[in-house]
Amino acid sequence: MTELIDQAFAERVLSRALANGGRFAEVFAESRRGQSMSIDERRIEAVQSGAEEGAGVRVVDGNTTYFAHVDGLESAELERAADEAAAALRAERRAPQPLQAREVTPLPIERRPEDVAAERKAELLRELDERARSRGDEIVQVTAVYAEARRQITVANSDGLFSGDDRTRTRIAVQTVARRDGTVETGAETLGAHRGFELLEDDPGQIAEQAAAKSLTLLDAVPAPSGSMPVVVGGGFGGVLFHEMTGHGLEADHIQKGASVYVGKLGEQVAQPLLNAYDDGRLPSEWGSDAIDDEGQPTQKTQVIEGGRLTSYLYDHLTAERDGVASTGNGRRESFRHLPIPRMTNTYIAPGDSTPEEMIAEVQRGFYAVSFGGGQVDPATGDFVFGVSEGYLIEGGKVTRPCRGATLIGNCLDALAAIDAVGDDFFMKTGICGKGGQKVPVGTGQGHVRVATMTVGGTER
Amino acid sequence: MSDLSAVARRAVEATTAAGASDAEAYVSRDGGRTVRVHGGEVESLEAATQTGVGVRAWHGHRVGYAYGTDLSEAGVIELAGRASEAAAAADEDEFAAPPQPAEVEALPGLSDPSIAEWDTSRVVDLALTVERTALESDPRLVGVEVAVYADSDEQVAIASSAGVAGEYEASSAYAYLSALAEGKGARETGLGFGLARGPRGLDPEAIGAEGAQRALAMIGAGKPASRSCPVVLDETVAASFAGLIGGGLGAKAVQRGRSPFAGRLEEEVASEAFALYDDGRDPEGPASAPFDAEGVPRRRTALIEGGRLRSYLFDTYTANREGTSSTGSASRQGYRSLPSVSTSNLVVARGSLSLEQLLAEAGEGVYVTDVAGLHSGVNPVTGVFSVGASGRIIRDGALAEPVREFTIAGELVAMLSAVKAAGAEPRWVPFGGSVSTPPLLVAEMAISGS
Repeated sequence: MTELIDQAFAERVLSRALANGGRFAEVFAESRRGQSMSIDERRIEAVQSGAEEGAGVRVVDGNTTYFAHVDGLESAELERAADEAAAALRAERRAPQPLQAREVTPLPIERRPEDVAAERKAELLRELDERARSRGDEIVQVTAVYAEARRQITVANSDGLFSGDDRTRTRIAVQTVARRDGTVETGAETLGAHRGFELLEDDPGQIAEQAAAKSLTLLDAVPAPSGSMPVVVGGGFGGVLFHEMTGHGLEADHIQKGASVYVGKLGEQVAQPLLNAYDDGRLPSEWGSDAIDDEGQPTQKTQVIEGGRLTSYLYDHLTAERDGVASTGNGRRESFRHLPIPRMTNTYIAPGDSTPEEMIAEVQRGFYAVSFGGGQVDPATGDFVFGVSEGYLIEGGKVTRPCRGATLIGNCLDALAAIDAVGDDFFMKTGICGKGGQKVPVGTGQGHVRVATMTVGGTER
Repeated sequence: MSDLSAVARRAVEATTAAGASDAEAYVSRDGGRTVRVHGGEVESLEAATQTGVGVRAWHGHRVGYAYGTDLSEAGVIELAGRASEAAAAADEDEFAAPPQPAEVEALPGLSDPSIAEWDTSRVVDLALTVERTALESDPRLVGVEVAVYADSDEQVAIASSAGVAGEYEASSAYAYLSALAEGKGARETGLGFGLARGPRGLDPEAIGAEGAQRALAMIGAGKPASRSCPVVLDETVAASFAGLIGGGLGAKAVQRGRSPFAGRLEEEVASEAFALYDDGRDPEGPASAPFDAEGVPRRRTALIEGGRLRSYLFDTYTANREGTSSTGSASRQGYRSLPSVSTSNLVVARGSLSLEQLLAEAGEGVYVTDVAGLHSGVNPVTGVFSVGASGRIIRDGALAEPVREFTIAGELVAMLSAVKAAGAEPRWVPFGGSVSTPPLLVAEMAISGS
């Protein structure tokens, strides 16, 4: 693997960073390259290509982190960043541990997207457009986006770590607008992975048809009901429910600040015994997977809920040090311009033994949330909200009419404890997660899941 | 001519030399610092500089874009080649054309020298004061999740083969905290914030007190009963909704039929109590600049006035398509992004009532102080929304017990038509873009709780 900065130079930067003392120093160098384009109104547009390089240096002393980042990987620039990070310290010089290069095998990429001609990517977008429109004249608009991104990183720290990774992600997204008389509805679908262009070799056009089908279904929708009722949540991106209502609250920075409803709950029963959940940064080719985290720690599979019992928080280097445990490989950063913080990778509820049909059949009156537009949580209070992008009424044990404009709201601990069925139809979906102003790719997954009672906020009058 | 303008010129020349019929380069240099404090200590101190260039290349009516951080001679030539290649991959669009140069009036006062004058220890003190003020306000205030001070000073230069040339410098500073209060068996959070062009414009005590007061006010919150009732939106919530409306007034969404305001020019879309402007030159506005992201002069545009939809916002592309001129509404998220039509500073007109008078006018209803899930709970094409909310019950025209875990639902145009009064005291809010708004009284909204 290409090292963005060599070992000897990394050692020099770390020495400079510790010139005025400090317990820990790190240099993180990165090269980012990407291309994206979109189709709208049947025209290829917004074709763009980016190339950025830079590095961030941090020095930790006591509970304080000093961080400086610069554009470019010129020696003088990195040394300036090290000096800036060290500038506020007033203690004795410390020497970093000698660096030991670690062997890392990046996730395999079969077909490098940057070697694929732009025209081939444009063709793919035209195919998505056609496939969505093939669902009928009521599909009045189609937009689709293609994006590829490669991040090469080299990270070195004063504990002697010297490591790196080479990551390529590819993603397409389709949005459709369906119209019938005065009714307008949208549908969206995405496909993404930590893979190269090979991701798009096996009928990517089906996501365009799926997006179109969603918007067409919603043309017949009735306003969503309001009130408390059983809610069956769909597989895949339905896992964003667990991501928001539990995953964020398990990130150790929230825990250590007392800003999570899961503080002091380790080892306690927080869900029914049927629930098992994981954060797994090593799932092959998955959108939220990497070989190492952004602090050089190998990613791992962490069980966070075992038989309904809370078994682990998610740690980066500093929060792990504070709790006297090992990092769980969850130290992630959007880029060299950001400090690493504890973040999820791929978070999911493990498959259970119910079928979706069974769990729906047991509901007399309820709501079926197949997919979400997104969600948000305040980890400190546990209040969450999700916008439902595709939802249906459940009446007499059957899925009946589609609903528009539904939002699910509730409190994490109550909703987690109310999960009373987990489906066997497990799959993963991609998401972009925002925290502290940093966006990182995350995977969410589950089979169908039923929550015994939840508040649906609809627009029905 | 600054060094940034020189880079922009070089990039334009390299791009036309690479075969583009026209080119535009946008160069920015940003220096800033961020202080995060927790428990009376500095948690992190960041110093950052970033410099980059973004180039738009036209091949006739095809456009492409490339950006990068390498401003060396060779770096700029490589980037120019990528921009030109990107243009070749795009489809022809008859309305894609480079913006024409226009007279730009200077806009002094955008950069505050106090950023340079206040050293690190002084801004650390500011952040610590924010946190301390909150912690000392009440025994039920058990912690501060984080208190942050950040500032930045940005220089921008733009040049194009059509003759656009300009540069400016603008600074900004903000501080905020998330305070934690505890009572009745639950934790509550409260946000306090302030915005200015430099640290001297921030009031750390007021910011800390606001966060504390918002968290304390939520102690003991229950679920309200579902109902339709009058609602008062505080400034932060009104700003979030104003941002959604501003998004629907961008000509790109309108022309592509993806806005609830499409085809409604001069129609009644709001009550007379609600008026909305986009003002890219407001001296107080955080997003103010002499020119927009493609060099077109910023200006003030009436969007909704007298209850009617008066104008959309245009950049050069959407204006060409409409056969009109740009309203100076092209924006970018730095050099990494293509310019696209967007709001600058949104200004909701003030009314004449104090908050107390708005609450009295509401009588029985809900005062909404926070909304969540706007990015997933709003359909931007239809304007139908259902979002999570928290706030206080309004009883007998005054604030009563706190409420949470409910949704407010409706449709944007219906909501604007139901605005009964605007408050007299507007505030700049960093939600929904950059928005100045007073609290708003809406005659009726659907609340869904227990």
